[in-house]
Amino acid sequence: MTFAPGQRVRVATRTPRGHHRTPGYVKGKAGTVARLHGKFTNPETRAHGGDGLPRQELYLVAFDEGGFRLYVDVFEHWLEEAE
Amino acid sequence: MHGAVHDRGGWPTEAPIDRAEHELADWEVLVDALVGALSRNGVMNVDELRRGIESMPPEAYEQAAYYERWLYSAELILTEKGVLEPGELDRRPAS
Repeated sequence: MTFAPGQRVRVATRTPRGHHRTPGYVKGKAGTVARLHGKFTNPETRAHGGDGLPRQELYLVAFDEGGFRLYVDVFEHWLEEAE
Repeated sequence: MHGAVHDRGGWPTEAPIDRAEHELADWEVLVDALVGALSRNGVMNVDELRRGIESMPPEAYEQAAYYERWLYSAELILTEKGVLEPGELDRRPAS
């Protein structure tokens, strides 16, 4: 599914073998979609010689933690809908 | 949550941030150029480079300089792809 700006999302907690670009400090955290960046090839398959297709939606997600608002780019397959 | 050695954002520390500039050595510029050429020619991509770096043993990762990590990864990926023979780079200086 595609998320919309303003929608609440939660980041998956998995730790796949190989390369992935979801930083540990946002795993399991809920945030708010701030922007859709567009679709990009998947670095997780490109890291193993793949073509990265199909392209995955990349989101700018805002996390409010400890009095700070932190913005992190997160691919769609790392996100699920949050309350 | 403490993940792999490279995934260090948010790790607690009291150490000051080292903001010192430093000159690049010739070998560092060469490693950058080499990986850039390999990428532009479709031999390896940046995600493979990152996977190779992230596969370093944690102790080696901590001790390695930035471009030493690039070189480690380039050798690993090129060996995986059969561009280099296993141990080929180690044998070359001796010959």
